[in-house]
Amino acid sequence: MSEKKRQTEEELLEKVTSAEYKYGFTTDIESDTIPKGLSEDVVRIISAKKNEPEWMLEYRLTAYKAWLEMKEPEWANVTYDKPNYQDVIYYSAPKQKPVLDSLDDLDPEMKKMFDKLGISIDEQNKLANVAVDIVMDSVSVATSFKEKLGDLGIIFCSISDAIQEHPELVKKYLGTVVPHRDNFFSALNSAVFSDGSFCYIPKGVKCPMELSTYFRINEAGTGQFERTLLIAEEGSQVSYLEGCTAPMRDENQLHAAVVELIALDNADIKYSTVQNWYPGNAEGVGGVFNFVTKRGICYKNAKISWTQVETGSAVTWKYPSCILKGDNSIGEFFSVAVTNNFQQADTGTKMIHLGKNTKSTIIAKGISAGESNGNYRGLVRIAKGATNSRNFSQCDSLLMGDKCGSHTFPYIEVKNNSSKIEHEATTSKIGEDQLFYCNQRGIGTEEAIALIVNGYCKDVLNQLPMEFAVEAQKLLEISLEGSVG
Amino acid sequence: MLKIKDLKAGIEDNQILNEINLEVNAGEVHAIMGPNGSGKSTLAAVIAGKDEYEVVGGSIDFEGEDLLELSPEERAHKGVFLSFQYPVEIPGISVSNFIKTSITELRKATGMKPIPTKDLLKMMRDKMKLLNIKNGYLSRNMNEGFSGGEKKRNEIFQMAMLDPKLSILDETDSGLDIDALRIVANGVNKLKSKNNATIVITHYQRLLDYIIPDFVHVLYDGKIIKSGGKELAHELDERGYDWITKEANKK
Repeated sequence: MSEKKRQTEEELLEKVTSAEYKYGFTTDIESDTIPKGLSEDVVRIISAKKNEPEWMLEYRLTAYKAWLEMKEPEWANVTYDKPNYQDVIYYSAPKQKPVLDSLDDLDPEMKKMFDKLGISIDEQNKLANVAVDIVMDSVSVATSFKEKLGDLGIIFCSISDAIQEHPELVKKYLGTVVPHRDNFFSALNSAVFSDGSFCYIPKGVKCPMELSTYFRINEAGTGQFERTLLIAEEGSQVSYLEGCTAPMRDENQLHAAVVELIALDNADIKYSTVQNWYPGNAEGVGGVFNFVTKRGICYKNAKISWTQVETGSAVTWKYPSCILKGDNSIGEFFSVAVTNNFQQADTGTKMIHLGKNTKSTIIAKGISAGESNGNYRGLVRIAKGATNSRNFSQCDSLLMGDKCGSHTFPYIEVKNNSSKIEHEATTSKIGEDQLFYCNQRGIGTEEAIALIVNGYCKDVLNQLPMEFAVEAQKLLEISLEGSVG
Repeated sequence: MLKIKDLKAGIEDNQILNEINLEVNAGEVHAIMGPNGSGKSTLAAVIAGKDEYEVVGGSIDFEGEDLLELSPEERAHKGVFLSFQYPVEIPGISVSNFIKTSITELRKATGMKPIPTKDLLKMMRDKMKLLNIKNGYLSRNMNEGFSGGEKKRNEIFQMAMLDPKLSILDETDSGLDIDALRIVANGVNKLKSKNNATIVITHYQRLLDYIIPDFVHVLYDGKIIKSGGKELAHELDERGYDWITKEANKK
């Protein structure tokens, strides 16, 4: 390599490392905040502030007590200073009317913020059957298309509203897929969750639009504990989108969400995420801790498909999983995980095959740049009774520069001999030859990298609904801007 | 258009090109022939600006500009095109997407707006006809799973789309059967104009039956040891390279 080229490479790497987080701004909206720290009282205050029924408070308190006895997991291949859980504010709600008749009533400040993010709500409303439920600092402030969905019997609202208005459904399903004792973070979430989304699709109904939610952390030092519960009744179908961007912060912010999906017989759930929490600055200071538990359960012939594009957060700990309980059920996981600068990610999936003839597919694409560390961790477990089950896994890693790391930890457990598992893995670097070829066609190195990365992620991006795919592509470019990647 | 003067280049300490002198004018077709290892592909790569080669002396002037000062993409923007001997795969990127990106970048460099997709597609279909390319080709991924012949045809397709001033065809005939060769050569001939120039690099005279060169140069040991008209190619075909190399060694 000539001196000149080496310089350009270094410049590029430098540029990547110095690519600033584009969404770093805070919005000036008054918040209703409680003192920081966690205690039984705080749990009670949260529950009271939300005017919750007794059973909900009991649920939270049980979870809180369980959490007190649990330890923060240390098995993930990430290192960080554990948050001080007594230094977190566990509840904050924007001071404004929680329910709006229309999006026009939205606080102008908030509107400005969404515009900065490039999310035009008006446009989305018009554009394509997207019902938007915006979650900002824990309380839903805008819900649209509610009526249209209501006609079909579809319930799409905040989880707080669901607790008030549909307690029988929440009571029946909450914590059934991710029990509060499941792990340290799910216990914490169960105790203090502030808000989130609730979705119920009745029997045989095909949801006519993509349901979407934008999450955003706004209050300085506020932990965000989202809780999402999605129930698809027999033979129903739904596609749910979730996207997040967070403003710039110097201190670490904790995000411990829980998402539970229930796909009853013959139901079909597609859950897509674009995650862009603040990753910290180029020196690795600040950034969001994203410790998320996402899991779905499939009954007979049901299907759950997870798609995620993860570009943000300082530390990610996330394994969207499927429990394939019913015979012939299908689980899918499509993932692009990008780490840059000093980001760390330990992400993957779990496919638990319990029913006969169950099928799962895993396509995981990791991209590591800067001095970051990306890990794929996946479990495929085929139980004794899950005869004739199949899994196909493909885990690819793309490295940029020579300071980043990438690891793959596949766990495979098969308890019968009629099932079939395939696992493919590749690790590659963007080749000099590929770059030169693009250069020779007039495509500069930066664009060439964006192009090659897009091609590399195509199998996953193709899984996203159209309007999301565009946003995801934009995000990939932003997070790998300048970068070799 | 292109003036190469006393060009010396190589990889690390290994000098491959020793004082190459070559002048190519608009409207001309030059053939560069020579045995294996004579430096033909190196010359092509150095003109295109491949980084692993180090230029240690001499100059390349392209339309009054010092080509050696420019990055590979800037050279492309000026109208230098290289048809690769070994085209590279770009997984997940379709032929149409790649060419669209390429054309958009080329136009951006000269201050032009992107071509509307509709017009671009029409242009692609026209050029596909020119090269007998079947439908469905545009949505295939760049060179992924292409046969040797398909890869070469894809190079000429890009050349047709990008409309370069100077095209360098590096061993475009290798890996082509006779029918494909005829189609590719036919395409190159149709793209020829008085404003552009072509350098054809080849081992064999075969390609030159279809693409008739104005000049033939024999490259040996990093030097052009003989230049002549198209009849030189025939002579090489009949007599091989030995007689010329002996002649050169005597000197």
